Amino acid sequence: MLEVIDIWKSYEGQPLLCDLSFTVDAGETVCLLGASGSGKSTLLRIIAGLEAPERGLVRWEGNDLSLVPVHLRNFGLVFQDYALFPHLTVAENVAFGLRMKKLPAAESGRRVADVLERVNLAGFGPRRVTDLSGGEQQRVALARALAPSPRLLMFDEPLGALDRNLREQLMVELRGILHAGRVPAIYVTHDQEEAFTLADRVLLLHEGRIVRCGTPREVWEAPGSAWAARFLGAGNVLEGVAGADGQVMTPAGVFRTGCAHVHRPGDSVALLLRPSGASPLRGGRSGKPPDVAAGRASGRVTDVVFQQERYKVTLSNGLYFYLAEAPHPGEELALEIPPSAIQCLS
Amino acid sequence: MQDQIQKTVENRISESASLRFADSLIRRIWFWLPISLFLAVFFFYPLARILWLGLNPAAPLKLAPASLLVSRDAVFFTFYQASLSTLLTLAVGLPAAFLFARFDFHGKVFLRLLTAIPFMLPTVVVAAGFNAFLGPRGWVNLGLMNLFHLSTAPIPFVGTLGAILMAHVFYNTTIVIRLVGNALAHLDPRLEQAARTLGADSPQVLRRLLLPLLRPSILAAALLVFIFDFTSFGVILLLGGPAFSTLEVVIYLQAIQFFNLPLAALLSLFQLLCTLTFSVLYSRVVIRMAVTSAPRSAESNLRRPRARSEKLFVAVSCLFCFLFFVFPLLSLPMRSVTRLEADRGERAGVHYGLTIDYYRELFINRRETVFYVPPFAAIGNSLVYAAVTVILSLALGFPAASALARPGRLERLIDPLLMLPLGASAVTLGLGFIVTFNRPPLALLASPVLVPLAHTLIALPFVIRSLQPALASIPDRLRQAAASLGASPLHVWAAVDWPIVARATLGAAVFAFTVSLGEFGATSLVVRPEYPTLPIAIARFLSQPGGLNYGQAMAMATILMVVCGAGILSIEKLRLPGAGEF
Amino acid sequence: MKRILPLLLLAALLAACAPQGPVTLTVMTHDSFAASDTVIQAFEKANNVKVAFLKSGDAGAELNKAILTKDAPLADVMYGTDNTFLSRALDAGILQPYASPLLAKIPAEFKLDPQDRLLPVDYGDVCINYDKAYFSSHNLAVPATLEDLFKPEYKGLLVVENPATSSTGLTFLLATVKHFGSPDYIGYWKNLRQNGLVVVDGWETAYYTNFSGSSGHGPQPMVVSYASSPAAEVVGASTPLTESPIGTILGPDTCFRQIEFVGVLQGSKHLALAQKFVDFMLDKQFQEDMPLQMYVYPVNPEAVLPDAFVKYAQIPTQPARLSPADIAAGRDQWIADWTAAVLH
Repeated sequence: MLEVIDIWKSYEGQPLLCDLSFTVDAGETVCLLGASGSGKSTLLRIIAGLEAPERGLVRWEGNDLSLVPVHLRNFGLVFQDYALFPHLTVAENVAFGLRMKKLPAAESGRRVADVLERVNLAGFGPRRVTDLSGGEQQRVALARALAPSPRLLMFDEPLGALDRNLREQLMVELRGILHAGRVPAIYVTHDQEEAFTLADRVLLLHEGRIVRCGTPREVWEAPGSAWAARFLGAGNVLEGVAGADGQVMTPAGVFRTGCAHVHRPGDSVALLLRPSGASPLRGGRSGKPPDVAAGRASGRVTDVVFQQERYKVTLSNGLYFYLAEAPHPGEELALEIPPSAIQCLS
Repeated sequence: MQDQIQKTVENRISESASLRFADSLIRRIWFWLPISLFLAVFFFYPLARILWLGLNPAAPLKLAPASLLVSRDAVFFTFYQASLSTLLTLAVGLPAAFLFARFDFHGKVFLRLLTAIPFMLPTVVVAAGFNAFLGPRGWVNLGLMNLFHLSTAPIPFVGTLGAILMAHVFYNTTIVIRLVGNALAHLDPRLEQAARTLGADSPQVLRRLLLPLLRPSILAAALLVFIFDFTSFGVILLLGGPAFSTLEVVIYLQAIQFFNLPLAALLSLFQLLCTLTFSVLYSRVVIRMAVTSAPRSAESNLRRPRARSEKLFVAVSCLFCFLFFVFPLLSLPMRSVTRLEADRGERAGVHYGLTIDYYRELFINRRETVFYVPPFAAIGNSLVYAAVTVILSLALGFPAASALARPGRLERLIDPLLMLPLGASAVTLGLGFIVTFNRPPLALLASPVLVPLAHTLIALPFVIRSLQPALASIPDRLRQAAASLGASPLHVWAAVDWPIVARATLGAAVFAFTVSLGEFGATSLVVRPEYPTLPIAIARFLSQPGGLNYGQAMAMATILMVVCGAGILSIEKLRLPGAGEF
Repeated sequence: MKRILPLLLLAALLAACAPQGPVTLTVMTHDSFAASDTVIQAFEKANNVKVAFLKSGDAGAELNKAILTKDAPLADVMYGTDNTFLSRALDAGILQPYASPLLAKIPAEFKLDPQDRLLPVDYGDVCINYDKAYFSSHNLAVPATLEDLFKPEYKGLLVVENPATSSTGLTFLLATVKHFGSPDYIGYWKNLRQNGLVVVDGWETAYYTNFSGSSGHGPQPMVVSYASSPAAEVVGASTPLTESPIGTILGPDTCFRQIEFVGVLQGSKHLALAQKFVDFMLDKQFQEDMPLQMYVYPVNPEAVLPDAFVKYAQIPTQPARLSPADIAAGRDQWIADWTAAVLH
C-alpha cells in the first residue's frame, strides 16, 4: 500500500539514497537494516513528509503524496530519542494526536487509557514525562504514535538507548502490538537481532541502495554479498580465487563449493564460511568419510568465549567457529567443514 | 574486623558527602560574592542613604492633599501605560522573534540590527525621529495634508497616549526578540516534527507546542519590558507631554523642582516595592515552569520560507518591521544632510539642499568653547565606557547566572533582588549617589569611573537574564563525562560550558554594550565635561538655538546610530575560539 | 581572571583621578554653561590654577546637589542659581558672603542679595519669539501685549513650556503673575487654554519640535524662548543671514528678567582662589565672552555687546520682575494652580 519509488537524496553533495524503491503491504512489518549514517532516518523523514527527496516519489494506495503536508499524512513516527513534549504529562502527550483530530474529551480519555494499557503503562497518565525511565519514555512515545490510529507506523531506532533485557522485552511487546493491530510498519535499525525479531521482511540498505530483500530467514540463509554477510554477522567471509574442479583457493585453505561451476578458474570469489557445523579432527582423522567434507580449517586457538550453549573459538587465521567443547587457548586445532557450512557470495 | 572496615567506609562516604556539600556552598558563596558586593556598595547603600534622608522622622512630611491626589493618579496611569505598552510590545515582538529565529532571508541581519538600534538611542533623539515621521509637520501628516488638501494635521501624535505606547514598543521590542528568539532558536526541532506527524498543522504547533515551551522566556521578556515601561521618564515627558505623568515624573518633580524630598523618597520606596513584587512573582512562576531540554544549534532551525503562507508571513513581517523601525530612524540621517534654514534675505522661501556642512561643523570649535567635544573624542568616550560596562557586567553577571542556573534556597532569595536596579527611580538613585560618593573613602562623584559603574547597574539584569537559560540548559552528564575523562573543573568549564554559552554570552555582551552607549540619565548625573559621551553631546547641541546646532545634533545622532550598529555587528560576528555553533 | 580585571581597571582609573600638579579650583555650573578656551586659560595662567567645571544638570538639579552635599561640598564656586531659586539657595545656608570690589560697577537692579552671598553675573529675558515668515505670509499682525494672545486669530499658534518641568516656562508664568496679579493670572491662562494653547515639557521640545521658526519647522509660530534667540539664529546659521528669521514680542510684561548668580560655597578649601574666580566672572573679559557662548547679557555695563546682539536681538526696556521673596513664597502654589487650570 505504501510505495517508495526511485528516491534520490544527497547530503552535502554526496549521494545518500540512490534510486531507492520498495513497498509495504497491509499488515506487513518491514525492517530497514543498515549501518549508522546510511540514510535510514532520512528515508523515514522523506516518507513522513518532513523532508523532500530530490527525485522520486512516495505513493499511498496509488496517490502521490508529494503535495500532502506532514500533518495530513496520518503516518505515525516514533523517534530515536522519543521527542516527548516536556511540558505535558504522559496522558497529554498520548492524547496529542487525538486532540489534533478534535476528538471529544471523553472518548479521547478512553482511547488514551486503552493505549497506555496496551503498552503496559496503565495508570501513568498524570505523570510528568521528565520523571520517567528510558523504557517508560519509549513506551509513551509508542503509545503517542499509536493513539491516533495511524495508517502507517514508522520507527527510527527506538530501542537504541535501552538495556538488553528491556530491549528484548519491548521487542516482544512491539511484535505483539504490530501483529495485533494489522498496521503496516517500517522499522529502521542497525541492530540485526531487532530486525529479525520484528520483521516480516528485511531490507538491507547499503550505500544508498537496497542490496538484499526478503524474509529474515531468506536473508539469513543467503546474504547474497560479502558486505551483507559481514553486516549480518553470518559467519566468516573469505576472499579467494577459483581454481579447477569446483575448488576455491583462500588464504585459510582450499574449499570445495557447490557454486564453483559458475566461476572460471582465476575469478575472485567470496565465500561465506558458517561457524556452526564444524567438527574438530582428532589425530588427523575425523569420524566422517573424507569426501563429504568441503574442506578443512586449522590454526592455533587464540580466543575461547563461553556463549551459554556453546563456545566461540577464534583461530589465529581470524576464523571463528562455534564448538560444543572448549579447546585450550594456544592449542593447535584442525576442523572439518561440512558442505552445508560453505556458500558462495556474489 | 569487618565492622572496622565497614565503619571506615561509612566515615569516608559521609566525609566526602559533607565535603561535597561544603564545596558547593563555598562555590555558591564565591559566585555571589562579587555581584553582592557591587550591588551593596553601588546600589543598596546610596539608595538607603537617600531614603533615610528623605524619610527620617526629623523632617516633616509635606503631604498636601493635592500632591497626594497627583501621586495617586500618577500611580494608576503608570500601571495602565506600562501594562498596555508591554502587551503591545509582545504583540509586535513575538512575531518578529519568530521571524528571525526561524527563517533565513535577504537583509535579515540588517533588519534585526534595525530593531536593536532604538534601544540605545537617548529619548531626545527618538522623540526627534518620531516627530519627524509622525509629528504635526512630519512626513505622514504632511503627505496626508497634501493628498487631501487639509489645513491642519489629521493625525495627532505628540501629546497622545499613542505616542507613549508607540515609543515604548519602538524601544523595547528588541528585548522580546532577543530573549524569546534565542529560546526559540534553541528548541529541539524534533518536538515540532513529532507534533506534525501527530496531525498538528502550523497554527496548532504554535499554540500547543511552541508557546507553552516558550512561556518562561516570554515571561522574562515581559517582566523586563514592564519594568522599563513602569519607570519610563523621558518618553513620558517628551512624547506624552505635560498632560501625562507617571510615578517617575512625579518623583522627579517633587525631588528636583519642589525639593520635597520626603514625598519623593516615599514614592521611590513604593516604586521599589512594586518592582520587588513583580520580580518575586516572576521567579516563583518561572522556577515552577522550568523545563530543560537539550540545546540545539541555532542554525539547525533556520530555513528559507517555503510554503506560500510562510512567504506571506515573512514578507508582511519584514515590511512591518521595516516601516516601524526604519522611518523614525531614517529621518535623523536625512535631517543631518539637509539644509533647512532660510537663505539670506528670503523670508518665505526655505532652500532645501543636501549638505555635509553639519558634519564638517562637528570638527570645528567655532566659538572656541572650552567644552568643545571633537566627535571622535565623544565616540571614543562612549566606546570606552561601553567596553568597561561590558567587561564589568559580564564578570559580575556570569557567576551569578551560573549560580542561578541551579537554584537553591539562596538563589530563590536573591533572584528577585537582582531586578531592583532596573526598577529603582533613576532620579532617587542619582541623588543617592550624590550624597554617598562625595567624600572619601568613596569620593567617586567627580571621577569618570562612576559612569560605567552606573551603566553596569542597569546592564546587569539583562546580562544575567540572557546567560541564565543557556547555563541552565547544560546537561550535567556532559560535565560528568568530561570530569571522568580527567578534566579539571577549569577544563570542564572550558570544554563543556563555554561552547554552549558562548553565543548567549555574546548576546549578553550586546545588551550591555547597547545599554551603555545610549545611557543618558545616569551619565548626565555624574559625567565630567572632559569625558562626555555621544548622548550628552547631542543634548548639548539641542540646548541652544541655531540651525548649526540642530544640524550638528542630527549629525551626531546619526553617528551614534552608526557606531551602535557597527558595535553590535562586530560583537555578533565575533568568532570566539572554541565556541561551538550554540 | 575575569573578576580581577575590572578591579584592576577600577583601581587604575581611581589612581588616574587623583589630583596632581597645580591646585584645582572646582566650579559647579548648570548644563548650559559655556566659556571660551582662551578666556579660561587666561585665568588659569594668571593664577597658576587648573579650573575644573562640574556640570550638574539644570539650575534646580544643581542647587539640589549643592544643598545635599552641604557637609562636604562638591565644588568651591557655584554658578547658575537664578532669581527664581535665589531664596531657596540663601535659606539653605550653603554660600558664604563675598563683597567683590567689582560689585561697585554693577547696577543696583541686579544685586538681589544685600549680603552678597550670591553675586549677579548675567541676565536673560524670557520672552515670546515669533516666526516672521509665518506672520507675513498669513498677513497677521504680531501680537503686542499679553492680552492679545487670546484673540481668535492667534488660536493654536502659541507653545509654552510646563512651568513644573522647565525654568523657561516657570519664568514666563511669573511674568503673567506680575502682570495680572494673583489670582487673576489663572483666568488669563484659562483663556489661553481655550484659545488652543500648546504645552510641552521643556525648551528643547518647544523650540525645536513645535516652533516653526527654528530648523525643526514645527507648527506653532510663537514660542516662549529668550530675547537673545533671534541673535542666536543668525550666529548659529549655516548660511550667512542678513536678518534674523525670528523676532521678539516686546509688550508690557511680556518678558521677565532672569538673572543668574555666582557664589562661593561654604567649606571651600580654596577661599582666596574662589573669590578671585568670582571677580574674574564679573570682570570685563569674561562678561564680554558670555553673550556668544551662552546667549545671555552681561551685568557689567563696561562689557561691549557683540555686533550680532546689537543688530538682531531686542531687549525690553521694562521687563517684568518679582522679588525673590515673593517668588519663593508663591512658586509652589502658582505651579500647582497653573497645572490644575491648564492641564486638567
